Amino acid sequence: MSDLEMPPKIAPMLETRQVCKQYQSGTTTLEVLRGVDFTLEKGGFLAVVGQSGSGKSTLLHVMGLLDAPDSGEVWIDGQRIDNLPGREKDRLRNSAIGMVFQAYHLLPELTALENVLAPLLIRHGIFDWFTQRGIAQEKAKVLLDRFGLSNRLHHRPRQLSGGEMQRVAIARALITDPQVLLADEPTGNLDEESGAGIIEALAELNRDKGLSIVLVTHDADIASQARGIVRLSAGTVDIMDSGAADSAA
Amino acid sequence: MADTAIGDMYKLLLCWRYLRTRWIALASVISVTLGVATMIVVNSVMAGFSHEMQTRIHGILSDIVFESHSLSGFQDPQWHIEEIERAAGDQIAGMTPTVAVPAMLSFQVRGQWVTRQVMFIGIDPRTHAQVSDFGQYLQHPTNREQLSFSLREGGYDTTDNQNPTETPTRPALEHAGWPHRRMRVERERLWKERLETKKSAENSATRSVDQQVQAVLAATSPEDISEETPSDATEDGESRKNPFQTARPAQGRVMDLAKEQFTGIVPGIGLASFRNRQGVDQFLTLPGDDVKITFPTAGTPPKAVSDNFTIVDFYESKMSEYDSNFVFVPIEALQRMRGMIDPQTGIPSVNSIQIRLKPDAKLNEVRDRLREVFPSDLYAIATWRDKQGPLLSAVDMEMAVLNILLFLIIAVAGFGILAIFFMIVVEKTRDIGILKALGATSSGIAGIFLGYGLFLGLLGAGAGLVLGLSITYNINQIRQAVEWCTGSRVFDPSIYYFFQIPTIIDPFTIGWIILGAIIIATGSSVLPAVRAARLHAVEALRHE
Repeated sequence: MSDLEMPPKIAPMLETRQVCKQYQSGTTTLEVLRGVDFTLEKGGFLAVVGQSGSGKSTLLHVMGLLDAPDSGEVWIDGQRIDNLPGREKDRLRNSAIGMVFQAYHLLPELTALENVLAPLLIRHGIFDWFTQRGIAQEKAKVLLDRFGLSNRLHHRPRQLSGGEMQRVAIARALITDPQVLLADEPTGNLDEESGAGIIEALAELNRDKGLSIVLVTHDADIASQARGIVRLSAGTVDIMDSGAADSAA
Repeated sequence: MADTAIGDMYKLLLCWRYLRTRWIALASVISVTLGVATMIVVNSVMAGFSHEMQTRIHGILSDIVFESHSLSGFQDPQWHIEEIERAAGDQIAGMTPTVAVPAMLSFQVRGQWVTRQVMFIGIDPRTHAQVSDFGQYLQHPTNREQLSFSLREGGYDTTDNQNPTETPTRPALEHAGWPHRRMRVERERLWKERLETKKSAENSATRSVDQQVQAVLAATSPEDISEETPSDATEDGESRKNPFQTARPAQGRVMDLAKEQFTGIVPGIGLASFRNRQGVDQFLTLPGDDVKITFPTAGTPPKAVSDNFTIVDFYESKMSEYDSNFVFVPIEALQRMRGMIDPQTGIPSVNSIQIRLKPDAKLNEVRDRLREVFPSDLYAIATWRDKQGPLLSAVDMEMAVLNILLFLIIAVAGFGILAIFFMIVVEKTRDIGILKALGATSSGIAGIFLGYGLFLGLLGAGAGLVLGLSITYNINQIRQAVEWCTGSRVFDPSIYYFFQIPTIIDPFTIGWIILGAIIIATGSSVLPAVRAARLHAVEALRHE
């Protein structure tokens, strides 16, 4: 895998610098992130662990541009992204970042295939779509086939099992060929076997395709399958065991 | 490629999916549909009524009416016609003088006298048809071409010639004219004979000479119309050449009613008949019958004079106000009987001059030009619209108020859409978060709901258009069906002088209704759409 590794110190895939985020809850202010420095090298696979309320999900949302930090910077592939205009952030979410959630977050009105195609539907205009449709559908089918869902193409999410839904969600995250995949407790709602399958799939993507992955989890077993672990505690990085160190070891 | 990364294909797909899976939204579509359909039907029927009414009004009134304020009228219509011609001759197609006075019409129905208050109008039979649709409204085909005030030898229409297929026939008119007159005269003669033989039988029984004398006197009483000698109110009855004069017998001669007529009149059909609940006209009197008319003479103070006339035709404009009010008579006969002809010069007076304009002439412009020439304290110059101004503006007002009320129905539907959309936004909060996470823009999210509103508006308005048009096209069949079901009359032809509910479908009006409905539906979705667009992605994703 060393040929996929970029030399460190050039430009990390994803980086946060002193990210702070606080929430106002009535009269009390909740400081969720208190200056988080986080670095994901290209081709890295980091697990973010920590107790509930340690700010793991918030960090992931900030990195995924779903939430804006109060202070600090977010960089992706050498480009600062937290201060971009809204439309640019939308575009990055649609193309550079893939996200997978604990609750799958599939659109209930769309079939599995349409859910996978959703990011491309969002990207393309109506007329554009008719020229792109064939290629996009082929790509989506290949992805679903890889996750063993080729006989579930036209099922609605409610007709699928949890594991199937999460695999559809991963396929949806991958259809845009993102630079980084952010997974927020993807196994949280799944039984052990399905969960293991999902983690295995993520590890395989990282290994075979060199996809950079951030995996948020509270499960130490699952975290151990990543190439590095970042422990968040009380809104700061407690231990940073980066993927680069992992590969060097 | 990267610059135009945000497209709109998903909006279309999601709008469509939401439309297919949210039946509650269809409830608001139904209210839009009903609102649009009602507006189309009401507007079409109102436009139909209004058009029908305006045609009727305009049919009897000429374009511009030039009147004197006084009942005696103004002298020398010919001079006035020439002056009008000089003022606005380029736009005038025809003119005719008329004399109109209030009068009482009396006729006998089975021995009882029926008296009606009427407007007695003297017209020139040669020119009157040129300035209004008067001729079309007569019942004898030859009179429709050229009116003559002489009684016809039968041949009156037994169907409504303006609407021959949809109205009941009028069998009573089959024998109208001379045959009816001869029959009536014969019947009266027989009746009198019987009365006399009965009386003489009684007399011979009592053998009283006095009673015999009384009976003879009673039988020849001047109250009997068939024995009466027509009186002549004019001073110079024989001096002027008058085509109607020839029909009158010489003074003092007993008239043979079976062969001769009095001056002809054309009363409105509503004066001589009534329409029963089945819509069939029941005639009280027919062409060929004689009537008495009492009217004021010219001069001050006016004196009431009476004369006998013979009905020669009926006038049916289908405006009940006119049909039950107007009695037409030859203008010269009326002028003569009222003393409107100057005995020295022979120059007649008239009440008004009816003016018909050329098809492309400007109504108000001609009126204003005439008002400049003729002093307003002597002459009243008005267009037919001015004359019926209160009625026409009442109808316009009615239509405006109805449209506002009906549009409120669609507005209520709009509020329904607003409420339902807020519900859908709440229900779909998580999906909105998902779409944002996948890179949908805020305007894109708003677009989904706006597009959804537009879809609902189009669907509602489209269905409303189809429903409204099919009701409008079949409104008379629907009326019949409702009447058949309920057994009561929805549209009573004894009130209206047409048998079908008239409708006019104006594409322009319908376009506005459809556009308004779509704007309301889309407009109602603006607030929910803005709310959806402003949702915070993370909070939306957490929403359960």
